Amino acid sequence: MELGNIEKILEKYFEATASVDEERTLRAYFSQDEVAPHLEQYKPMFNYFSMAKEEKYTKQVPLKPRVNYYKWLSVAAAVVLAFGIYFGNQYQEKKRLEEQKAEYAYQETKKALELLAENFSRGTEKVAYLNEFEQAKQKIYNNN
Amino acid sequence: MKQTEFLNVVLPFKDKLYRLAKRLLVSREEAEDATQEILLKLWSKSESMEEYRNVEAFAMTMTKNFCLDRLKSKQAGNLKLVHSNYSDENTSLQKQLEAKDSLSWMERIMEDLPEQQKMILQLRDVEQYEFDEICELLDMKPTAVRVALSRARKTVREELIKKHNYGIG
Repeated sequence: MELGNIEKILEKYFEATASVDEERTLRAYFSQDEVAPHLEQYKPMFNYFSMAKEEKYTKQVPLKPRVNYYKWLSVAAAVVLAFGIYFGNQYQEKKRLEEQKAEYAYQETKKALELLAENFSRGTEKVAYLNEFEQAKQKIYNNN
Repeated sequence: MKQTEFLNVVLPFKDKLYRLAKRLLVSREEAEDATQEILLKLWSKSESMEEYRNVEAFAMTMTKNFCLDRLKSKQAGNLKLVHSNYSDENTSLQKQLEAKDSLSWMERIMEDLPEQQKMILQLRDVEQYEFDEICELLDMKPTAVRVALSRARKTVREELIKKHNYGIG
């Protein structure tokens, strides 16, 4: 690239009318070791721009998968709910059966006790006759 | 959008975000924090990212706004001057020192520019964006961008010539 051309582009550069390509030419020119002495002063400028472009962002990006968290939370809730309904129903069923059994046992016991009570009362009726003997005996003793 | 997809979209321009942030905030730590913040914001918006025409431009605008807010807020009061390590070139020590010196001059000259000119120089001369892209990013008219860019470049030139002459004198 001849010097005249570079000077022309440089002029355009400072008027901000140079294109991106022309500016690239300038950067390439000033990145060489040998630069025309009267243009030496611009060297740091273009070198600085080239160097500034080399800088990198080296830190890791900590991206948290926040979206998934809520999705799984609802799944867990649904599972807990399903288990709750299933085992809850089972428990209710068991309780109902137990109640029925207890009711049956109660009725049976009541029946048995009633039978017993009936037989006892029949016994006392018979014993009531003994009372007559007692009265008669008392009469006899009293008369003596 | 999956994490890997997101990274594929974002990774090509994450360095540009960082460099713009560093240009505005100067300190490396501040710039890293800002970049991370922007990337996390983008990630939280990743569901709707397909709708954006140009994710890079969107991210750059976000970075610009974030950094300007940052500069306005009190937190930016403790900005540090941090110079990065310049790449080692195989030149003589004298030349190396000179090069390093002039590069740190440039850094200081750039720091003294107004924010808008800083951004335009960064976008144009470092990242080589086209004018219409810069207009869109900074929400400016093309002529305004050209004027600001020309002014910024001329300021840099004047400062450099001043330093250059000191060096000789």
